Amino acid sequence: MSKYYVTQDIKRCIGCRACETHCKTKNSVPDGSSYCKMMQVGPRNVKNVPVTDFVYMACFHCEQPWCVAACPTGAMQRRQKDGIVFVDANLCVGCKACMTACPWGVPQWNLQTGRVGKCDLCKDRIEEGLEPACVTKCTTGCLSFERPDEASKEKRQRFAENILRLKA
Amino acid sequence: MKKSVYSICGMCAVRCPIRVEVENGKVVWIEGNPNDAAMGRSLCAKGASGIALEYDHERPQAPMIRVGPRGAGQWKIVSWDEALDHVAGKLKTIMEKHGGKAIALSDRGGPYNDLTKAFLRAVGSPNYFTHGATCERNAHHAVKNLLGYGRGAVKYDYKNTKHMVFYGRNIVESIMVKEVKAVTEGLAKGAKMTYIDPRASVTAGKATRYWRIKPGTDYALNLAIIHTLIKRDLYDKDFVTRWTTGFPQLAEFVKPYTPEWAEQETEIPAEEIVAFCQEVAEDAPHVIFHGGWMNSRYPDSLYASRMAVIINVLLGSVEMPGGMWFAKGPGAAGRKGLKTLVDLMPKPTDPRCDGVGTEIKHIDAGPGLIHLLYPCIETGKPYPVKAYFAYRHDPLLANPDPEEQKRIFENLDLLVSIDVNYSETAWHADVILPEATYLERDNILQAVSGLKPAFYRRQKAVEPLYDTKPMWWIVKELLKRLGKGDLFPFETIEDIWNYQLKDTDVKIGDFDAKGFVSLAKDPIWMDRKDGLKFPTPSGKIELVSSVMEKAGVPSFKPYEKPSTGPEGSLRLTHGRCGYQAHGQSTNNPALHELLKENVLWINTKEAAKRGIKDGAMVEVSNDAARGKIRAYVTDFIHPDVVFMLHGFGRTVPAQTRAYGKGLADQIFAKGLLSEWDKAGGGVTLLECFVNVQPAS
Repeated sequence: MSKYYVTQDIKRCIGCRACETHCKTKNSVPDGSSYCKMMQVGPRNVKNVPVTDFVYMACFHCEQPWCVAACPTGAMQRRQKDGIVFVDANLCVGCKACMTACPWGVPQWNLQTGRVGKCDLCKDRIEEGLEPACVTKCTTGCLSFERPDEASKEKRQRFAENILRLKA
Repeated sequence: MKKSVYSICGMCAVRCPIRVEVENGKVVWIEGNPNDAAMGRSLCAKGASGIALEYDHERPQAPMIRVGPRGAGQWKIVSWDEALDHVAGKLKTIMEKHGGKAIALSDRGGPYNDLTKAFLRAVGSPNYFTHGATCERNAHHAVKNLLGYGRGAVKYDYKNTKHMVFYGRNIVESIMVKEVKAVTEGLAKGAKMTYIDPRASVTAGKATRYWRIKPGTDYALNLAIIHTLIKRDLYDKDFVTRWTTGFPQLAEFVKPYTPEWAEQETEIPAEEIVAFCQEVAEDAPHVIFHGGWMNSRYPDSLYASRMAVIINVLLGSVEMPGGMWFAKGPGAAGRKGLKTLVDLMPKPTDPRCDGVGTEIKHIDAGPGLIHLLYPCIETGKPYPVKAYFAYRHDPLLANPDPEEQKRIFENLDLLVSIDVNYSETAWHADVILPEATYLERDNILQAVSGLKPAFYRRQKAVEPLYDTKPMWWIVKELLKRLGKGDLFPFETIEDIWNYQLKDTDVKIGDFDAKGFVSLAKDPIWMDRKDGLKFPTPSGKIELVSSVMEKAGVPSFKPYEKPSTGPEGSLRLTHGRCGYQAHGQSTNNPALHELLKENVLWINTKEAAKRGIKDGAMVEVSNDAARGKIRAYVTDFIHPDVVFMLHGFGRTVPAQTRAYGKGLADQIFAKGLLSEWDKAGGGVTLLECFVNVQPAS
């Protein structure tokens, strides 16, 4: 069962791309690929304010990952104990089946090795009881590392508070 | 073997506290210093890219002496002994002929400049400069001659405010981690934000109100806001009566500047200005009218900034939670401050070459005005300046018109760049003295003022990878060679730290636990009823500034319309994004990957008129320069201006990633070295006009 879930409070996000850079330096991600990426939308006009939003795109660590199903060599794997989907680069043959299968463009091509790499939620840090690099060092704290069941509660709470604040 | 080191980031001039993890002598992890509650582990992309800087081979790896013509890129790699002997030899000759005052140095200010100022004093020169004339000088003098506090001491409580107002202060992209965390926290708590800028930066998108103001008319807007606050009795009379001088003159001065008049100037509807004034008056005193930072823009930027700060005063937002407040030094906590290195040196007897402090009395002499150094170098008046050190400052990038600067530099006998990077100036210099990166060096201790003043320490996390040295060592070695070693009696950084801490009851070891030493338990606020202190001549907030008036500079200046360029031209503006620091790290491997080149923002209608398509190459030109850049066609910029990020179009071949990518704005700034706001000291960097057409 998936135990982890990275959520983003888009309102709090400033598009500073610290998450991308922390991921890059921590995981030695090669040039041209990004295990997590901020996708910019805008500026666009929202009630006379030119809003630029940034959407955090990493891996969703699916319960039934299509990338794993598509992988012919067993390189792409899902950890039973916590649902982390990761790739063992030693087994990867660079066939790109996972890239084709994933609807969100998560698996990243490594130009230097001709193999695939991807977000593994910094599983080495998780082993130490820590959180992924992107979440740990997010500039404004807009990223959170949560349990999927608790994230839903928090989201509802935030929504409720916002509604009441608007009324006040 | 893993070790953890508390230090200070050095990827930009903000200097956030960090914690560095080192494994087998290599930096593997950098995060915010979690002991500092406002910081936490947060760190921006620039901070993250410190690891990429450390292990980048495209930085100067040893001292270099020029062997070809200036700027030709022909270098001899030398030992530190040879480089320092060479520099000291040149300096001696210059000093014998012209005196120590013929040596100038610029850096970018900040908490470590006690060291560079001490170096200059030791050689007998008053000519210390910062980059401030192209940055914060207008914003600084706006508060200094009004409140008595410098810009660095004027702070804002974003977390608890009800309304924050920014005039082109792109607060979420000009990242200071603690500040931007407070801003987003304030917004999450329901604060309003009004953002005023001809261009929709990312900050605009966080606002609750956005005004796409006509460029160069902030001053008109502020005059109308003050007019409205006074006319409609929306200001804090008790506070104004108790703490200010010159209110009647202000009230009289703003009388003609109605919202209806301002609408014609700013293109902001009069009724919106009035509604805004009512809104901020309701939110007062928990309001912030930001006085600006990089305000070296227009000939009236000092006044625009001054009026913004006056609005805080009128609304009682002074030393106020949720409003403007003043940073407290160690003295306010009943503690002693750090001893300064400058105090070890004889005071310079000569006046500054730029006349600041002697002829120009309303401008702070400390950092001078860098653009006024150039005429001294060129003409030898009031006296010759023959040696120039650019220390972690890149005048050919930061100051206008690099070609003109290079021409003037031909009068120098010695141009030295001390830098971690190959800056534009370093490549043009006679000698490059490569400084060790912030991860490889110790700095002198710094005192940080705030509600809780503290001392912070930058200490090295790893040994230098290349043959580079810390600045304190370079200063020590140069002074020794100049026969001034007795003035700087330190051999190690610990010697310096011990000297700095001498009067305090803090020991070096006290920094180990957290990376800093806090000097106060609780936040220090002045008593707003009777205990406010304003270090002005009158001890009050001087709406009519005695310092300015005495210098013949009016406290209030009648409004003048902004200039317009030649027919068909557009005003060239520039700025920054959240993942580049002005241009000092355009070549950083990690940051370069995020942004390889800049683009030119141009308004949709203006682009259509000229046949420019989104994403197509355009040619930008004027009398000074010509260059190509990709167009970003958008509704979200005022038709009178175009915009590009600063720091691109690099000319240093050794920076292979950034070399030749995008376009530099400063090359178009012809004549701006001598155009400045006489009231505030800032160069008018936005008085720059260009033609834009599709590239052939």
